[in-house]
Amino acid sequence: MEEHRVELTVNDEKISAVAKAEESLLKFLRRNGFSEVKCGCEKGECGTCTVILNKKAVKSCIVLALQANHKEVWTVKGMEKLELGRKLQESFVNYGAIQCGFCTPGMILTAKDYMDKNPIPDRKEIKKAISGNLCRCTGYKKIVDAIYDVAVENYKLEGEIYV
Amino acid sequence: MSEFKIVGKPIPRHDAWSKVTGDLKYADDFSLPGMLFAKVLRSQYPAAKIIFINTGKAEQLDGVRAVLTAKDVPHNETVTKFGQSTEVGKGFEGLYRVLAEKKVRFMGEAVALVAAETEEIAEKALDLIEVKYEPLPGIFDPLEAIKPGAYLVGENNTNIIGEFGCHQGDIEKGFAQADIIVENTYKVPFVDHAYLEPEAGISWIDDYGILTIRVSTQVIEHFRDVADVLGLPHNKVRYIGTMMGGGFGGKEDITVETYLALLTWKTKKPVRLVYTREESILCHSKRHPFVMKYKVGAEKDGKLVALDAELISDAGAYPYLSLWVTLYATVNAAGPYCIPNVKVRAHCVLTNNTFTSANRGFGAPQPNFAYESIMDELSHKLNIDPLEIRRRNCLTTGKALATTGQVFKTYVALPEVAEKAWKALGESTECKKDEDRKIGRGLAIGLMSYGRMTFLHDSSRCYVRLESDGSVLIRSGIPDLGGGQISLLCQIVAEELGVPMSQVKIYHSDTALTPLAGTTTATRQTYMSGNATLKAAREIRNRILNKAAEILNVNQDKLDIINEGVLVNYDPSQYVPLVEVIKACNADGIELFYEAQFNAPFTITPDLSNIKGITFPDFTFGAQAVEIAVDTETGQVEILKLTTCYDAGKAINPLSVEGQMEGGSIYGMGYALTEEVIMEKGITMTPSFAEYIIPTAVDVPDVKAILVESGGGLGPYGAKGIGEPSCSIIAPAILNAIYDAIGVRIKSLPATPEKIIRALKKDYFKK
Repeated sequence: MEEHRVELTVNDEKISAVAKAEESLLKFLRRNGFSEVKCGCEKGECGTCTVILNKKAVKSCIVLALQANHKEVWTVKGMEKLELGRKLQESFVNYGAIQCGFCTPGMILTAKDYMDKNPIPDRKEIKKAISGNLCRCTGYKKIVDAIYDVAVENYKLEGEIYV
Repeated sequence: MSEFKIVGKPIPRHDAWSKVTGDLKYADDFSLPGMLFAKVLRSQYPAAKIIFINTGKAEQLDGVRAVLTAKDVPHNETVTKFGQSTEVGKGFEGLYRVLAEKKVRFMGEAVALVAAETEEIAEKALDLIEVKYEPLPGIFDPLEAIKPGAYLVGENNTNIIGEFGCHQGDIEKGFAQADIIVENTYKVPFVDHAYLEPEAGISWIDDYGILTIRVSTQVIEHFRDVADVLGLPHNKVRYIGTMMGGGFGGKEDITVETYLALLTWKTKKPVRLVYTREESILCHSKRHPFVMKYKVGAEKDGKLVALDAELISDAGAYPYLSLWVTLYATVNAAGPYCIPNVKVRAHCVLTNNTFTSANRGFGAPQPNFAYESIMDELSHKLNIDPLEIRRRNCLTTGKALATTGQVFKTYVALPEVAEKAWKALGESTECKKDEDRKIGRGLAIGLMSYGRMTFLHDSSRCYVRLESDGSVLIRSGIPDLGGGQISLLCQIVAEELGVPMSQVKIYHSDTALTPLAGTTTATRQTYMSGNATLKAAREIRNRILNKAAEILNVNQDKLDIINEGVLVNYDPSQYVPLVEVIKACNADGIELFYEAQFNAPFTITPDLSNIKGITFPDFTFGAQAVEIAVDTETGQVEILKLTTCYDAGKAINPLSVEGQMEGGSIYGMGYALTEEVIMEKGITMTPSFAEYIIPTAVDVPDVKAILVESGGGLGPYGAKGIGEPSCSIIAPAILNAIYDAIGVRIKSLPATPEKIIRALKKDYFKK
């Protein structure tokens, strides 16, 4: 199989590695040590492999590694470096939004990407935003609670700015 | 001890941060240098003779290190166990066949194994293995399979692998007394666990020749079964259990481990095996479909007088835990009701469908759907409110289970939970008169055991050690499938030893290094390992208090350990830091470590044709209620409100208990409305999440979890188990609400839009 060099940043760090032409971004990332990107179905159905690729949440199992060339990827490991990411992580922990944790990385990245664009979503909007990420353990309630709490905090912050 | 400091508080779990940062290494996140990749060749036929297998071409492929078939397995046939160390007999331990030999029994059965240098080579090698099959007719309907002369799935002369019964009172007299009799047949489908982490593991041989397997499993005790397959002494196989990405019973049987063990033993190299999603759905166990014929008699005032139930469960192609599940269903068949005359018969039947085994609820959700549908029908026919009819019949403290006669000595939270769940629905949602959307409400109650069957003589062990700096170490073989089983032990120890959670470190799920705590199944860990841990922690606590009493010169019973210090509870100024007490203990040679064992009550194996007396340590009681809207044009059901109320005894971590109740409700909601592994003549038609539909965030209501804490459980601090009971009641609540909304009763799960539309039309035609 044909191989190409792929250069990209992952969590703000430069990565340069060889990818096979047909290799998914998911496999490429996992092969290069980013095991926090989870593999649940490899068909774009479960959302566990979600990463943020050039400011857009994507399911990395249905994106080719080569498509990420010269682009910027964020995984859940990078969230600690970003304010919204860190807030979401903390909120997930405090609200008990994590059970087995297998959907958590994808869930947080989807939420982060969505809230970058819509910082104060209501519960219904949150549910719609994460509907491509399956969770089998929680029944989604505490996940929505956790994200909503960050939205409320954003609302309060915004209030302070305008008052 | 006075007030709780850590137990009962909604605190973050010990593993939450490692999950949220992506640091936690699941089974598939671990690799070793020089590791090989395994793949499994699976049967494309549900029933066929194997004429020959030729592995020559595959073996010659560059990069292939091993190709194994049944003839290479030292003991290809053993018996299925699930961690029990007692011999139970009576057919419970069914055939476990590692690789198909002579005959395949289900589509997806493992026929050959490959280990190669890359995944791609392993896949290619699978294509090069030649298997000549001669297809056989097979049998796929358990009602057909049960008949004499039916196609035989296995090697025995019948497809029936188990029969169970319960008899109380005089069933004929009971029905003669009845003013009304309801008779129906209910059907429930195959269900997949749909955990998001597919089965995965890695194996290697360590420096001393020990076969080591790091695997996502609910049962690390399978190390014994793997050793038996390889013909090794049990102490030469070691399991290291990983934190699971969900289990729900699907990782209770052996999955990848035997294959890994065989390939590593053959190649002497590390081997990794991860199932694809499709492989996972095709090849791991399913929840049992049941056909349930029920006949229930009641008097005019709604008082139940007789119940006759005949249950047939589809075991699929191999027994696995089918007998256990069917026994659970038998015991659960009459639900949480007082009924003087009861007759239950259950048969467990082999077919050429994918094998069935443990799935969250383990035989409780199936009969619950049947008897709660009947209770609803009775309530409508007798014009008694659904809550009231349950009030008049439900078990209460001191009463006996209608099937086995087991007396409830602990608090029975009925009708309390039913009243709370029903009331919490609140005001009715308005709907316009002519709208296509019809609103309805439904209620269901139920019970399920926590802890294993008492004749399994269950036990759990835990080791606790207090370090010289006041930090604490726990060792427990407990596996964690995501429910917070492990964190719970940390909380108990932190509470008892007066230290913060951050001071407690647990080492878990290792058959070589941690005391065996038994399986994470049967909703048993809070009860069993919780008690073992409490016992160990209390022993050390006592030794600390004893020494502190000497130091402070007060009676031991006046002391408490709080915030890493021992103090006199009526005068907190009399205080000695914990580390000082530890120093004093160490100086005197007082051991600050302890390994405790907790034993559940033991009974003998009952007469299976008429099960009587104690079969389970205790039960958890719950109720669920829903308000739904049915679109009569599309058949679509929307859940508007969902309330769930359980007596958890004592919620050691309320966040985790609520998490179980919320998640359990939605797990059961899928069962009610969308989930079915469709098998057509043994061929799975739903091998992906595009076809096997589990609820997404937009499908679910915000579940309202109402916690009752009676303190009446057998677990630590009066806790009961909640994991499985939490999912076992919601399906009939939803289907009863559908009846309330549109007047049609769906008697087979799931209640898909197609079924609803069809049922509606049938009713229109009648008019």
